[in-house]
This record gives sequence, C-alpha cells and structure tokens, in this order.
Amino acid sequence: MTKQEMVDLFRQKAELVSAKVIPIASMKDAYAYTIDACVNKEACQLLISGCGEAISDTAGALCEQKPAPRIVAAPQLKDKELKAFTKEAEERGIQVLTKGMRQHLAGIDVAFTTCDFGIAETGSIVIDSASEEVRLATMIAEVHVAVLRVKDLVHMAYDIEQQLDARMKKAPSYMAFITGASRTADIERVLAIGVHGPLELHILLLED
Amino acid sequence: MQTAQTLEQYKAELRDSLDNEFLRKTLDTFAVAYRTGRENAFKGIDLPALIAEIAAAKDDSVARLDELYAEFKKNAEAIGIHVHLAKTALEANEIIARIAEENHCKTIVKSKSMTAEETLLNHHLEDKGLHVTETDLGEWIIQLRHEGPSHMVMPAIHLSRYQVADLFSQVTKKEQDSDIQKLVKVARRELRVKYAEADMGISGGNFAIADSATIGLVTNEGNARLVTTLPRVHVALMGLDKLTPTLHDALRVLRALPRNATGQQITSYATWITGPNECGACEDNKKVMHVVFLDNGRRALARDPEFKQVLRCVRCGACANVCPVYRMVGGHKYGHIYIGAIGLILTYFFHGREKAKYLVQNCINCQSCKAICPAGIDLPRLIKEIHARIQNEEGHPMQGQLLGMMMKNRKLFHGLLRAANWAQRPFVGKGETGGRFIRHLPMVFAKDQDFRALPAVAETPFRDLWEKGLKQEINPKPGQHPSMKVALFSGCVHDFVYPEQFVAAAKSMAGKNAQIDYPMQQNCCGLPLQMMGEMGAARDVALQNLLAMDPAEYDYIVTSCASCASHLKHNYPKLLEERPDLAFKATQFAEKVIDFSSFVHDVLKVAPKAGPGKKVTYHAPCHLCRGLDVREAPRALIGASGNEYVPCAEEEVCCGFGGTYGMKFAEISNTLLQKKLDNIVASGASVIVTDCPGCVMQIRGGMEKRQGPKVEVKHIAELLG
Ligand code: SF4
Ligand code: SF4
Repeated sequence: MTKQEMVDLFRQKAELVSAKVIPIASMKDAYAYTIDACVNKEACQLLISGCGEAISDTAGALCEQKPAPRIVAAPQLKDKELKAFTKEAEERGIQVLTKGMRQHLAGIDVAFTTCDFGIAETGSIVIDSASEEVRLATMIAEVHVAVLRVKDLVHMAYDIEQQLDARMKKAPSYMAFITGASRTADIERVLAIGVHGPLELHILLLED
Repeated sequence: MQTAQTLEQYKAELRDSLDNEFLRKTLDTFAVAYRTGRENAFKGIDLPALIAEIAAAKDDSVARLDELYAEFKKNAEAIGIHVHLAKTALEANEIIARIAEENHCKTIVKSKSMTAEETLLNHHLEDKGLHVTETDLGEWIIQLRHEGPSHMVMPAIHLSRYQVADLFSQVTKKEQDSDIQKLVKVARRELRVKYAEADMGISGGNFAIADSATIGLVTNEGNARLVTTLPRVHVALMGLDKLTPTLHDALRVLRALPRNATGQQITSYATWITGPNECGACEDNKKVMHVVFLDNGRRALARDPEFKQVLRCVRCGACANVCPVYRMVGGHKYGHIYIGAIGLILTYFFHGREKAKYLVQNCINCQSCKAICPAGIDLPRLIKEIHARIQNEEGHPMQGQLLGMMMKNRKLFHGLLRAANWAQRPFVGKGETGGRFIRHLPMVFAKDQDFRALPAVAETPFRDLWEKGLKQEINPKPGQHPSMKVALFSGCVHDFVYPEQFVAAAKSMAGKNAQIDYPMQQNCCGLPLQMMGEMGAARDVALQNLLAMDPAEYDYIVTSCASCASHLKHNYPKLLEERPDLAFKATQFAEKVIDFSSFVHDVLKVAPKAGPGKKVTYHAPCHLCRGLDVREAPRALIGASGNEYVPCAEEEVCCGFGGTYGMKFAEISNTLLQKKLDNIVASGASVIVTDCPGCVMQIRGGMEKRQGPKVEVKHIAELLG
C-alpha cells in the first residue's frame, strides 16, 4: 500500500466515524487551527454537553467550577513551543493549560495533542497516554485536536505491534487507540456522540 | 435472570415477552440492521481464516491457562500490580471488598464488566456499605432499575427512551425530555460528578496479555478511561479465559470483536494499561492497581474435552443478535446473566443446572449462532449436549425415553407409523396449499398446536413405492454400466408423510446412468432424539443407519431433507467418535452425504427445461444454508425448472419448525412462522419451495390455517420430478 493510499484509507475510515481530517503543512498551522477551533466554537458548548439540561443540583455544581474564559489544554507542549502557542492563544483570549486537568472535570473547550501513530484500516489514532494530563485532557475536552504525522501512519494495527509491545514492556504504560468521538447507542440503539468524552475529533494530518 | 421453577412458568414468562410490542419491534429492527452492518464491516477481510486463527489461538491459550496466569502474575508483580485469583464468585467479591476496605474507599465507579455481572459484584459491595455507580450508560440505566443486562453489549436494549426519561427524572428530580441526545447529555453530567468523587475504579478487561501484564479494554463511550484514571485505586476483574499470550493475540481478536459485535471497524476506544500509571489522586502520584482473575469453573471447563471451546468466547454478543428466539423473547428470557446461545451454555457452568434447565430447551437449533461466532464455537451442539447432561443428571422425561425406545426399534416405529395411517383415516382431508391434512386434531395434541395444520401420514410409504416399481423405473437397465452408485436416505418425513416428494426427488435423478439404491434397513436419522437430549438413542439409530448402508459401496448418500443431511454429515462423526471401531466409517459416511439440490445441480447437472414460468420463491432451511453452506444450488434449480425465482425477505431466517421444538414452545414457533408466511406472501410468488420436508410441514401447515392470501408450498424436488 502506498503512502497516498494509506492516507486516503485513513481519511475515509476516520470520516466514517465523523472525525474531521485536515491536511496541514506545519506545526504552526496546527496551532493556528487549534486556536481558531477554540474561538469559533460556541463559547460554552456545554449546552450540548449537558449544562443546559435538567441535571441534578449536585451535577450542576460541577459546572460552576468551570472558569470563565475558553481553555485549550496542551499537556504535551513544552518550552519554546509552549511559549509560542500560549502567546498566540492569549492574544485571542484563550487560556492554555498544561497540567491540573483534575481541577477542570466540568470540561475544557479543546485538547491539543500529537499522536504516536495512525492506523489507516480503522481510521484510528494512537496516543501514548501514560501522562495523566494527556489522558484526562483527551477525555474532558469537548473538542480534541490531534496532530498525526503522515510518516507515523501505518496500514494495520499489526504494523505497529512491535513498537507498542516495546512500550508495554517498559511499564508503566497507557496506550490509547482513539477512533472518532466518544459514542453510545445504549438508548434504543440511537447513536449519540459525546456520552463521556469529546464531542468532536479533529485530526490534523501533517505532511512529512 | 432466571427465576422460573417449572417449564410452565418459564413459558408464561416467554408469553409476556412475546406480548411486549416495544421489545419485539426493537429486536426485529436490530436483527435486520445488524446483518448488513456486520457484512459491511468485514468487507475485504478473509473471515473464515480469521475465525480459524482466533479459534486456534484461543484453544492454545485455554490449554495453557495456568501457565499464562503464572506468567501474567510474575510480570505484573514485577511492575507493582497486585494479582489475585478467585476460585468462586463470592471469593472475587470478597477480595474486591477487602481491597476497598484496605484502601479506605467508600465510593466506586465501574465500567462495564460481564464478569462483575456474573459475580453480582455490585450487590456484594453495596451490602458492605460501598456506593457503586455504573458508568457505561446502558449499565447505569439498568443499575438504576435494579435489573440485569438484556444483552451483553447493549445491556438496556429492552428499554424505550420514555422509560429512560422517567428514570432520569427520578434521579435528577427534574422533569426530563425523551429526546435521546438530551438524555445522553444528562447522563454525561450526572456521571462526571461520580468520577470526580470516586475513590476506586473497577473495570473489566477484554484482554489480559501475559507477556507484558497488560490489560486491554474495548469501549465506545470512553468511560473505562475515566474509571481507570480518576480514582486512586483501579481494580480490574476478569475471567481467566481473558488471558492471552501476546499483544498479537489481542490485536487479532480486536479485528473481529467490534466488527462482529456492532458492525464497527473498531470501537471508539481501545485502551492498553500496563502497570500502575500516574495518578494525581495518590500521594505518591502512582495508582494502586489490582487485577482479580475469576476461575468460577473456568479451569475445570478448560479440561473438559467437549466444552473447553466455550472459553474461546470473546463476548461479542453476536450469538444473541442472530438468534431467532432471542429476537422474539429478549435477553432477560434468554439467559440468566450471560445472554444468547453462549448464555444458555455459560448459565449451566457458572450458575448451575437449576437456572439452565429450561433455557437450554429453548433452542430451535437453527445454527445461526454457530454461523456468526467469531471464535467458531459449535454453540447449537453444545446447547444440546447440556440439555442431555441435565437429563442424565436429573433423569430423562418419559416422552423422550419413549421416543428413544420406539425409534431404536425400527420395525416397531415404522409399524406404528403405518398404523397411524389407519387410525387417522376418518379425519383426513385435502388442503388448499398442497398435501393432505388431519382435519381435527386428536386430543393428544394441545390446543396451542392449532396454529398449523398437521399433515396426514401417507397411504403408502416411500419404501413400499420403491419396492413396487419405482426402483426399476429410475434405475439404468441391466447391462448398462452405471457411472456412479447412489444411496437414498429418505428420513422419516419423506418416507411416511410426504413420499410423493421423495418420489419426485428420485425421479429427477433418473436417466443419468446412476445406480440408485434405497437401503431398506435405514431408520430415522436421530436428530429428533438429539434435540430432546436423548443422546444414547441418537447414537443407536446412527449406528443402525451406518450398518444399513456401507459408505464404501456408494459414491453419494443423497437426502432431500436438509435436517437429516446436516445431522448425518456433522453429528454422526461426533456421535460415534468414541467408538474406535466405527469412527472411520462414520467419517466416511459423513463425507458421502450430500443434499438433494447440490446433488442434482452440481453433480448430475440436470439440464434446464422450459417450464410453467411461475414466480417461485424460496425458504432456506437452517440446516441447509448454515448447516451445509448450500446457498446457490437450490435457487439455480428453481431457474432450471423453468420457473422464475423471486427473492423473499429474510429467506435464511428459521420458519419455526425445529421438530419437537414446535411442540414444546408453540408460541415462539408460531410467531416465527407467521413472520415467514407474511414475507412469503409479500414476495409476490405463487409457489414457495424449500429443501426440507420439516419446513414444508411447518410452512404448509401454517399457510393452510392462514387468513388471507395463500401461496402453494412445495418441496423443491416437486418442481423437477
Ligand atoms: S441454534 Fe438458533 S435458536 Fe439455538 S441458540 Fe443458536 S441461534 Fe438461537
Ligand atoms: S459465543 Fe461467539 S458469538 Fe457468542 S458472544 Fe461468544 S464469541 Fe460472540
């Protein structure tokens, strides 16, 4: 399978589960995309994620913990990159978090991460989530934006078996295959998105 | 859950389900949608090869269960996981309660675990004063309703949005809308708080990978990720059967599990956890992690040569999705905790004979579950074996014993059938849809059999017609050198009830220079006995048939009864495998068995003829399409007979006959039949044909009683002969 075929297959499969796949040229594009995604998103999408619903008073109290401005969690960013990203974000009125996700269980707007691998056959991304902050950010955010380098794309899960196995053998390890948004069909088999995790997954495909 | 104390009680419960319109509609839509979804999901994958690989790998793991456990434990302890082995359900619950106590945990969030359902973990923990919240949406709903799951993958499939809205109104103390999207968001918020508060997270596990001590979790909602992340303590409870040697084995199963369960390529999340990860709720920022393995009979099962394949199950739930009985009655009536075909079996092993004994009788043996199982488990046969085991343990019912005694004695059995012809005479009349019927059912039949007209026993059985001239008529003239030698196996129904169908079958083989025998010593194939759990008698008649026709003498053994064909082919070698002197013959016999349509179409290659040009539709007998994987030959034969084949909706779904099943579970049989009749009539055909006299009996009998338009019912041989 050629790289292009793999990219096409990946896109097709990811879109099948309503993930967005967007080609980008650089990490700079990725930052810009993420910030735009955050700005353009309803200030508090919680309307659809449950705050507007008739929830119990205890559940409602959690909503009130959510601080006012929009938040992007970028737990993997460090040093220079983080600085650059934060600067851009703050100019647009967005707060950037790299840690302390536990204080934001009511939800954050966007989580920004990179991926370790992509699996074309199922449209999945693979993220090393040993960091608790990464794990939580990718669950509590309403939108998850993830950068996948085309060079890290493989055809099937078997193709990254050795790499995964190596990480598993250096415990502790927490690897996540993520395919589309969090979903359920538990009520009358009707598909509903965002039952626990993100409502949207945007995958930014970074050309080699 | 099973609480019925008698078969009558169980049947009354089934009736309730049949009357539940919402349930019926939901499961109907699901059954149809599931098939398409699954088919799409497996496109481009060599499924039979994948199934064979999974089965082989699982068998290998099951044979090394103790070894894999030791390997997992060693690797796990080296990285700080506490590993426990619980012999029984109670022990597992106690271990988990103790972990909670030792770690001062009060509140618990749980992600889905069938193993925890098996041990009734929540009850135990709640009795100890712990607060447990299920976080999988379906599980949470049934927890709030104090119910068990009605499906292994979709535990709340039996409930409507209105019921959920009412439930959520109680929980939130706010009036809830019945909009599903809104209800899901309500659950999201309500449950988010629970994670935030919880001290302990309990998960199940789809895989326990021994060589790295990794737990693999497959979910759509992502709740397992929160359950294993937020609380201080993580306990994974899993059956020993989830042990698997390497990541490769897990990835292999992952190719089949979501596709087979819900028609998804993969679930939204597949999570691989190795060792205690970072956890901000712990003082040392390191999770407390325990893995509890449950035996509860699994180690014994692994040593049982007959039943060890049960441990291959990956819990995809598909054997319920395709089961026509599940579709009628729903999961609460088709399992105790585990649901569907596998549920019937596991109930016996994990929850005991009392819970299993009526359930295992409620299988119509349609083979749908076997055909869909990604682990290649021969579910229908194992269900019958358990039925037989229970009867061996509790004593055989009179009915089965009598039937067994009678059928073992061929002369007596056939004598009785001949006598029936005389006894029924005053009651016989000709039907509108073909064949002769008994007009007034004798009193020995219960009223609930009234949904189908019962055929009359024939005036002259096939065996007499054969001797009286048919034999000469269809065989090559003396002096000709036949190109092949064929034995006919009629089965009881063709011999004594519908001989004209078997005559037609025999005649359609004439003129092809095949020498055709009808060995007179042949008896019932024995399937009805096996269906009743009378394995001993089933073995005896198998033996008689083996002696009646030496397979070494024939090129083919042809039968126009799909049920006989599949029983002769698949079950004879099994039934006689413990007889070293006969095992080879049984296999040889099985190899020669072929169904009528395949024989005539693929072997004799009958020439197409110009015919009446009627619109003819088809019913695919379970034992032909799934039992023998024969799909094209009969449909092609319809064309070859000079008629036009018109498809019918759900052609491969069971007609509800099931031999003695229809006697015992008349209402389910009837419901299946009515659906079949509706589909046939809707096809626009003027004739419906099928490959099995049992199906003819059921469909013709139902058509005869049907109000409204009717369609003529025939055996496919009657189109040709
Ligand atoms: S054989 Fe048919 S009726 Fe029996 S359990 Fe399997 S699917 Fe259900
Ligand atoms: S027995 Fe087979 S079909 Fe049924 S749940 Fe298990 S793996 Fe799935």
